[in-house]
Amino acid sequence: MQNLIKPRRNFLAVSSTSVLSAAAVALLAGRAAPAHAQTASMGDVNILNAALGLEHEAICAYELGAKSGLLQKPVLDVAVLFQSHHKGHRDALIAAINSLGGKPVEMKSLDDYAKALNAGSLKNQTDVLMLAARLELGATNAYLGVIPAFKDAKLGQVAARLAADETMHWTALSTTLSHALPSNALSFGA
Amino acid sequence: MRVFVAVAFAIASIPLGAHAEGPAGDTVRGRELYETRCIACHSIDADRVGPHHRGLLGRRAGSVAGFDYSPALHGAQFNWDAAMLDRWLANPEATVPGQRMNYQVPDARDRADLIAYLATAR
Repeated sequence: MQNLIKPRRNFLAVSSTSVLSAAAVALLAGRAAPAHAQTASMGDVNILNAALGLEHEAICAYELGAKSGLLQKPVLDVAVLFQSHHKGHRDALIAAINSLGGKPVEMKSLDDYAKALNAGSLKNQTDVLMLAARLELGATNAYLGVIPAFKDAKLGQVAARLAADETMHWTALSTTLSHALPSNALSFGA
Repeated sequence: MRVFVAVAFAIASIPLGAHAEGPAGDTVRGRELYETRCIACHSIDADRVGPHHRGLLGRRAGSVAGFDYSPALHGAQFNWDAAMLDRWLANPEATVPGQRMNYQVPDARDRADLIAYLATAR
């Protein structure tokens, strides 16, 4: 908890830039639409849609955590902040998918996500943070793992920026949980 | 008894990782990899961004009831085995053009370990 309290101001400072970054991602995709339309394949849309599905789930995971009554301030505030980042990712991905002529996947019901994530097993704040950390690490590696598959290199850059946000989330959560940081270099995405 | 031992030894010696000549998979490391790389989209028992993985080996591709597969994978005509999973993880799009996963596992040992772990989820 103390680990999370101390850097809170930094998180808040980061939040404004992160939201701007998410918007910038959307703009990046939007402005480049004509070029993307020429170079991006349906495969790129499929990758972005898989990412969007992941972001929908992350938003709902934080929603479940926030509504569980298991998170205390300031952890709750940080969870809501991270959720806002995921909403920024969602909006950026939807903008990018639309700009490429794709159809964004829709969010499922909160109950669907609760069941899939076994939210009923969460008994305390640590359980919630552990789940969030698992999902954030998975998301980091997922974004890094799809970069080589993009036909349009600019979309690879978008994925890298999304991965950076997820890595920041995972690092904060891991520190709060007093988990050891990676002992080796290049531990993500490999 | 002797036959049973011989068969058991033969089964234990089968490299679970992919191609017959590939490395044998480490299920413990495979689980660690699964928990850090696959978990964003997959679970053993729940359908999420991707379908659940329990019973994957031997299952017909694109056959989890109610899961929204790509048309490409839904129409696939093969069962998942170690060799097919190795190809898939190395390059999903080259294996089933039009699929939606796209996540690549370039290292052969990583693939072998993941496949070994997935084989334990029966």
